[in-house]
Amino acid sequence: MTTLAPLYPTHQPRKLKVATVSLAGCFGCHMSFLDIDERILELIEHVEFDRSPLTDIKHVGHCDIGLIEGGLCNSENVEVLRDFRKHCKTLVAVGACAINGGLPAQRNHLDLGEILQDVYGSRTGMSAGSAIPNDPELPLPLNKVHPIHEVVHVDYFLPGCPPPADAFWRFLTDLMAGRTPHLGHGLMHYD
Amino acid sequence: MSTVSSPASTAGPWQAEALDALLARRGRDPHALVQILREAQAMHGWLPRDMQAAIADALGLTLAHVEGVASFYRFFHDRPVGRYRVLFSDNITDRMLGNEALLLDLCRRLGVQRGEVRADDRVSIDFASCTGLCDQGPALLVNHHHVVTRLDAARVAQIAALIESRVPVDEWPADWFAIVDNVQRADVLLGTPLQPGAAIAAALERGADSMLDEMKQSNLRGRGGAGFATGQKWSLCRAAPGAEHYVVCNADEGEPGTFKDRVLLASHADPVFEGMTVAALVVGARRGLVYLRGEYRYLLEHLEAVLQRRREQHLLGASIQGRAGFDFDIEIHVGAGAYVCGEESSLIESLEGKRGTPRIRPPFPVEHGYLGQPTTVNNVETYCAATHIALNGGVWWAGIGTPRSTGTKIHSVSGDCERPGIYEYPFGTSITRILEDCGARDTQAVQVGGPSGVCISAFEFGRRIAFEDVPTAGAFMVFDRSRDMFEVARNFAHFFAHESCGFCTPCRVGTALVAKRMDKLAAGHGSRHDVEVLFELDKLMHTATHCGLGGAACNPLRDTIAKFRPAYEQRLKSLHFEPAFDLDAELSIARAMTHRDDPASHLETER
Ligand SMILES: Cc1cc2nc3c(=O)[nH]c(=O)nc-3n(C[C@H](O)[C@H](O)[C@H](O)COP(=O)(O)O)c2cc1C
Ligand code: SF4
Ligand code: SF4
Repeated sequence: MTTLAPLYPTHQPRKLKVATVSLAGCFGCHMSFLDIDERILELIEHVEFDRSPLTDIKHVGHCDIGLIEGGLCNSENVEVLRDFRKHCKTLVAVGACAINGGLPAQRNHLDLGEILQDVYGSRTGMSAGSAIPNDPELPLPLNKVHPIHEVVHVDYFLPGCPPPADAFWRFLTDLMAGRTPHLGHGLMHYD
Repeated sequence: MSTVSSPASTAGPWQAEALDALLARRGRDPHALVQILREAQAMHGWLPRDMQAAIADALGLTLAHVEGVASFYRFFHDRPVGRYRVLFSDNITDRMLGNEALLLDLCRRLGVQRGEVRADDRVSIDFASCTGLCDQGPALLVNHHHVVTRLDAARVAQIAALIESRVPVDEWPADWFAIVDNVQRADVLLGTPLQPGAAIAAALERGADSMLDEMKQSNLRGRGGAGFATGQKWSLCRAAPGAEHYVVCNADEGEPGTFKDRVLLASHADPVFEGMTVAALVVGARRGLVYLRGEYRYLLEHLEAVLQRRREQHLLGASIQGRAGFDFDIEIHVGAGAYVCGEESSLIESLEGKRGTPRIRPPFPVEHGYLGQPTTVNNVETYCAATHIALNGGVWWAGIGTPRSTGTKIHSVSGDCERPGIYEYPFGTSITRILEDCGARDTQAVQVGGPSGVCISAFEFGRRIAFEDVPTAGAFMVFDRSRDMFEVARNFAHFFAHESCGFCTPCRVGTALVAKRMDKLAAGHGSRHDVEVLFELDKLMHTATHCGLGGAACNPLRDTIAKFRPAYEQRLKSLHFEPAFDLDAELSIARAMTHRDDPASHLETER
């Protein structure tokens, strides 16, 4: 007696793995993501969170989707971003900071050396012996703040500061269903 | 009209009476704002805010409006730019003749950084888009008025000395300002002497209706680039209702590598003005306007003199050639350094004294043009051709060239060839023929029609210049095998990024992204991925921009990627994604400030 394999194997949807991180961002994008409210219950039917502020997992594992909030302002940001790129099949730049540098990039018209000197050296009210922190544990700031697409390949961009909750929803549901995400009018924000 | 080149003192107070006189001469007409700003700047060297406020007051405009207009044009300055403002033409042909080294040399001799004003307010030096002197470059423009051609190290040294000893530009050696026509091949337009007025007489003889029929029969198509049928344009304009009709000549000639309109204006101004007059007869216009690019400011006195002579000959003014009711006169507006103002609707905005932002079309200028009235905008060469058609008839013209591209076309030939200059050929001439005639050797590519046109590579040299094969607005830039076609495309990318008017996002951002990607490749940080992004940007900008500038901005990119792909691939660092900059170097300041050099203070390049 032989059992025949079904001609058309039934599609067993597997839960997608999603990781998220905030680099040089304000967590505003993550907060907006949480604004999908009760839809998060539906979401976790379909996805499983890997490294994310929501899970407290410290290292990103192999994932389907990586959502990056914030741009690159120090060496640690760069390393985390590269780690995400290595581990995520689809990498998404979320929000103005990840896409353009955003608010942190306002420091780009100043010289980093002068900023460090001003903040840790010559500011009034500093205690004696203050110096620029140089503990090897501390990541060094980059000369300029950069958008993430300048350092790794980015598959999708989700604009807005922050992108509205509905944009996250639309974007993720499109992606999960295998459709190329299209935010369309109303969900595409530049502020 | 003063022939003294700018500027008086740069930091001192401006002269209220002189400004008043200027405003009075311009009739305090807000539509003359661009001309008023240009003349005010010629008096003072720059446009102080309180001067702009006085102009706003006198014209009944807000200061914000005046500042908005002034800040649109690159030749207007809201801060001192030095007694000597030196702009090096930066077309690719100037590059090939070594303009970068010459600019750096002048900067070094005068002790000033490119783009900055020297501390004593004496001089500033920068690059500018093509000044239309590619056959006699490298060229530079001083105080938005004088041009110096055929620059070399000796001349740069002399210029530095003259500036140091404050010699006014008018007193510099006159032969430096000599601009030659370099007509290498003349056909009907450049080779047939004309009697001023003969074409007007012929048109009057025919009458407006049959003159229009001749134009239609001639099948003349516009020479400014788009190739719209001139007869049809005139007939649409003539039929459009309006209190006034206008005839406008587009002498903005901003497309890099194009200089044939300069030669027509310098040596064949009569047929150009005569063609405008014939157009006025056909469309029923009483006023004509020439939009002369700011870079050709030095032609103004000559053109004014020709207009004046024509008035005296009764070829302009009231009752032209004694025909009662045929009144027409021409005035010249000078632009101020904005390539987009060659686009006909921006040009009209600029003529109206506004920022040169392209209008939404339709309605087209033939219905809704200057001051909202029906307006015919044509290229310099188109009017010149109309003059010959008025004289010899449409059938004669249609017999030259090919059936779909009638007549002759004037080419501005520059780059790697022995005899750069002006070449007039009937349409249908092959690129090989032009290359042979101009003495080009070992040619690998020709950019026909400027950066907005097409890049033709050696295997296509048998193609013909015609609207149905290789169309052109008149530029013909030759590149031999020693040239790097990637660098050519990169120069053009920067041109478009520089000239984007900023009105629509796809072009404002897109041209900058393209230029930045090309720089990334040039710096050796490129990957195959970047080439793909360039492709995507090309597709997006082709469909999403508001005017033709953005639409054409990626043409050189697309052509060179298609035909010179190895020039791109040689620059790729890897096939995988590469960061846009050296990551470890990005930590240099923090490392220096913290005196750290531990492993964590470095970012490895990923492999
Ligand atoms: C960005 C841009 C720049 C242009 N520059 C010029 C120019 O310098 N001279 C010109 O005659 N036409 C130029 N044109 C084309 C004009 O819009 C218009 O089509 C032309 O002046 C019509 O005249 P024609 O029918 O005689 O060619 C330009 C178009 C664009 C989109
Ligand atoms: S894009 Fe806006 S909300 Fe998101 S991290 Fe940046 S500043 Fe915060
Ligand atoms: S395409 Fe470029 S030049 Fe044209 S309107 Fe848009 S920004 Fe301005």
